[in-house]
Parts: sequence; C-alpha cells; structure tokens
Amino acid sequence: MTAGVALTFDDVSLAYRSDGARVVEHASIIAPAGQITAIVGPNGSGKSSLVRGVLGLMPTHSGRIFAGTTDLLHASAREMSRLVAVMPQREALVFPMLVREYVALGRSPFLGLWDAPSAHDLAVIRGAMERSDVMPFASRRTDELSGGEWQRVRLARALAQDTPILLLDEPTTFLDIAHEMATFETLAREAHSGRTVVLVSHTLTLVARFADQIVLMHDARVAAAGTPRDVMQAATLEAVYEWPLVVSHDPAVGAPTLVPLRRPR
Amino acid sequence: MSTTDGRRQPAVLWIGTGVALLVLIVAGLGIGAVSITPLAVLRALTGQGEAIDIAIVRDLRLPRVVLAMLVGCALGSSGAALQGTLRNPLAEPYLLGVSGGAAVGAVLALIIGVTAAAAVPIAAFAGAVVAVLLVLALARAAGGARDPRTLLMAGVIIGAFASATILILLADVSPDRVRGALWWMAGSLSDSSWLRVGWLAVYVALGMALLVSRGRLLDVLALGDESAAALGVDVGRATRQVFLISALLAAASVAAAGLIGFVGLVVPNIVRAFGVVRHRALIVASALGGASLMLLADLLARTLRAPLELPLGAITALIGVPVFLLRLRRLR
Repeated sequence: MTAGVALTFDDVSLAYRSDGARVVEHASIIAPAGQITAIVGPNGSGKSSLVRGVLGLMPTHSGRIFAGTTDLLHASAREMSRLVAVMPQREALVFPMLVREYVALGRSPFLGLWDAPSAHDLAVIRGAMERSDVMPFASRRTDELSGGEWQRVRLARALAQDTPILLLDEPTTFLDIAHEMATFETLAREAHSGRTVVLVSHTLTLVARFADQIVLMHDARVAAAGTPRDVMQAATLEAVYEWPLVVSHDPAVGAPTLVPLRRPR
Repeated sequence: MSTTDGRRQPAVLWIGTGVALLVLIVAGLGIGAVSITPLAVLRALTGQGEAIDIAIVRDLRLPRVVLAMLVGCALGSSGAALQGTLRNPLAEPYLLGVSGGAAVGAVLALIIGVTAAAAVPIAAFAGAVVAVLLVLALARAAGGARDPRTLLMAGVIIGAFASATILILLADVSPDRVRGALWWMAGSLSDSSWLRVGWLAVYVALGMALLVSRGRLLDVLALGDESAAALGVDVGRATRQVFLISALLAAASVAAAGLIGFVGLVVPNIVRAFGVVRHRALIVASALGGASLMLLADLLARTLRAPLELPLGAITALIGVPVFLLRLRRLR
C-alpha cells in the first residue's frame, strides 16, 4: 500500500444521463490521507452520486476527481480500482458464492487473465477477512448471511483491494450497535495506518465520534465542511434537514450528539 | 476446491459428468438401426472387429456423436456466459433470440449462394449480433435491459420474428438448395459431414478459449455494474465482448444443427446447484454437461419412436421447459 494519497473532488458537477439534471453542483472536497472524512446529508442530496462519479458511472459535467495526482476521470477503471476501493451502497448477488471466493475477487484489479492469486494476494485476502471479522463464516454461502454479515463481507472485499483510499457508501447499514461500532473502529484503524477513508453515512452522531472531517451535502451542493464540532451546529443541521433538533455534547467523549425533536403539535 | 458447507460437492458433478459423457458416447455409437455392443464399439473405434461395425461406428455414427458434443459444448458455455453477464439465470441463446437471428443469417447466406462450411457460421454470427442489438434496444424501450423478465420478453419476441422470417424466406426455395424450414426450426444432427464438424470444432474451440480466459472477468461482471466498475472492469466493453463471444458460439451451433433451445438454460443451472459458481469452472462444466445433454437428447430422438427420428429441438424443449418453470419460481 502506498500511504498518503488524498481523494480530491475539484469543483465537480455531475448530471443524470437521462434529463441532464445536476445531482452534484460545484462540489469541492479534499479527503486527506490518514483521516476519516464523512459525507453526510439528507436523502437525495448527492452523496451517493459522488461515489458513482468516482466509479465513472455518472456523466461528469465539469470538474475533476483526483486520487493523489491521478485524474480518475481520465484513468482506466483498472487504474482507479488500484487506488480506490469502493463499497457501493447496494449489492445483491444473483448467483451466490462462498464468502472467501467473494472476498478474493477484491484482488482481481491486480490479476491478469490467467494469473492465479499469489502468496501475497492470499495473505492480503486473509488480513482483510480478519480485520472485518468475517473469518467465522468464510466457508458459508453469500445467500446464507444476515444483512449485517453481508455488509462486513462486502467491507472485507474492499479491504482486500489494499488500496490507499477506501470509499464506502453506507458501510454500517443493517449493522447492530456492536458491529456498527466495530466497523467504525476498523475504519479508524485503517485511517490510522495511513489510508484515506471516505464514507457516506446517515448516522450523524456516530460519524461525529469517529470522523476527522464532515462534509454536509444539501441540494447537490456542499453546505458545510470541517471538523464535527464546526459542522454539527443546530442551526446548520436544522436548515439542511428541515427538522427541529438540538445538538448536545456527549458527556463521556465530548463529541457533538444530535437529538431530533418531535414537532410541537 | 472442496467445500466445508455440507452442500453438494463439485467433485460429484465433475465425476458424474465425466462418467455420463463416456457412457453416452458409447451408447450413441452403439445404439441405432444396427445395435453394436459396447465392447464391439470400443474395438471398432480402434479399427478392430468386423468391417461393417467399423464402418457404422467410425463413418456413420462418430461424426454425428462429435457434432452433438460440439453443439452441446457451444450451447452450454454460451448459456453460462450470458447468464453471468446479464445476471439472469434464465438467459440462454435460444430464449434471447440470438439463435433465431443466427438462423436467419445462415438461411440468407445459403439463399444467396454462400454455402462454404467455413462461411455459413460467419453469416450466422452476423445474424446473431443483429439479434442481440435488437433485443437490447427492445428491452431498453420496454423499460429496462437489466430486468430479467423484460429482457426475456424481448428475446422471445425477436425469436418469433426470426422464425417468421425463416418461414417466409424458405417458402419458395427448393429444398435441395437450402434445407427446409423444419430442419432449421426443430434442430437436427442429420448433416454431420466431417467438413462441417471440423469447422464447428474450430469455432467452438475459439469461443471456448476466449470465454474461459475471461472467467474472472465474468465473476466480477456477475456482481453488478457498480461492483464490477469498483473492481476495475470497464463494464460496457466487457459486456460487449462476452455478448460477441457467446453469439459466436451460438451461431456456430445453429449453422451446424439449427435451432436447439434450453440446453444453455438447463445445464448451467444444474452445474451451479452442485456448487460450481466461479465462471472458469462453470463454463467448462457447462460445456461438458451440454455435450452430455445433447448426446442424451439425440439418443432419445433416434430411439423413442424408431425408425422415426423425432425433432431434436422438441426433445430439448421437453426437458428444458420444466427446468425453466422451476427456476422462474425461485426467481421470485
């Protein structure tokens, strides 16, 4: 792994293919290496479109996306996949396979048509499975997993790519508290080891505990960006989410905590 | 690879397919108007025994058995690859209209006088590619090339259109110039000259080599567009490649034996049920399974109402439709 590769969105505008409507407008985000950057925002604010933009599945209207100094919009899919490991939001397998076979596909960006995985590849796959805690069901079939187990298996596949950048779309959906915390701690360790971790998330309070930087998306634009303390302001969040809420501070860890209120009747 | 999940073992499939193939080859060579014992078949193959047995086994039945196996290989592997790429367990060249397009291409070539054994598969390939493009365009217009049922509907429509085209094209063509419409639409192994079998072998070997080399690519494509892109695959380009190779395999089989459906559907689904899911192994196993199924279907076609010969495509459809319905139920 080459450490120290930032993921940079430079004034990026993305459009839907069919009607030309912009789903992301003039977004500039710098996700530095060694940190967790969380992209948050209401449904439809453009978070997942940024992920699809990195994958080259979203027509780019303007702007550039860099991994380090590599312009991803002009790189091949294979070059991209050696720099950024993407965990897409949804994935349902039509043809189930064994968990370890699935995780091993994370090495495919590094293998030629006829290459078998090398000892190094196998070691990386094993490490990825250990770090995401999927070893206990490595020999189960992917259609026999619970929703939470499947999320962890998908994370393991992304880790198996062993890239300097991890880009995860809602990595903790379907996870119970213990596995959600464990996943965030895994991601924190990955960041600590020098990786760039970028995640799209709905769990604001948890993100505020773990992220070094929060980017708040609203109506296809970046509404606010900075440390959790900067971004987690009640006025900002109320305006973006259009819901009354208070931001308190977790007495144990000092991180901002969001409490949505019930609307007055 | 051994599994520890208590499921059916891939080894059972490989051994079972191997044994079935050998038994069916010997049966295909021995059973017919003149019955020849298995031992005499094996002796005749090596040039020993009675001259009449040698002539029947080596000159009459062997080309037909080899033709059946090659057609089965092409259909089985083509079905496995199409299912993986489209993420659709009901995909196969016949139901997707690809075989129909190939038949139109082959018939057109024969009508205008292109009859070389090497050239007819190329014309069939061109017809198959046109059919693929039409099916995808139709599915997109109907609301989604990614929806398994929409795509199948488009395929069945294009297949029906192809059948109608063949019937009209062949309405006033003399049967001694171009084989009749029934030959094309029901499928037949009756035209098993070594020349035709040889060219089919060339195309099948080429198509299989290209597919097997793309085994891991197919594994990744089968995960879905986003995941495939995340793993470094140019999804559009890879999908086009697999479509073209699958069309080539289907077209070669249609040029040699007409329209034979459901082999490409039935075999990969059975193979997967035994735990063989990685595409490199799946394609090879589906080719061997397809060869076995074609030998069995031909044996049934020749013996069920001997001396009459039943249409081969009818036998494979009788086997295939129940499997299709079972799989359709499991789809949702």
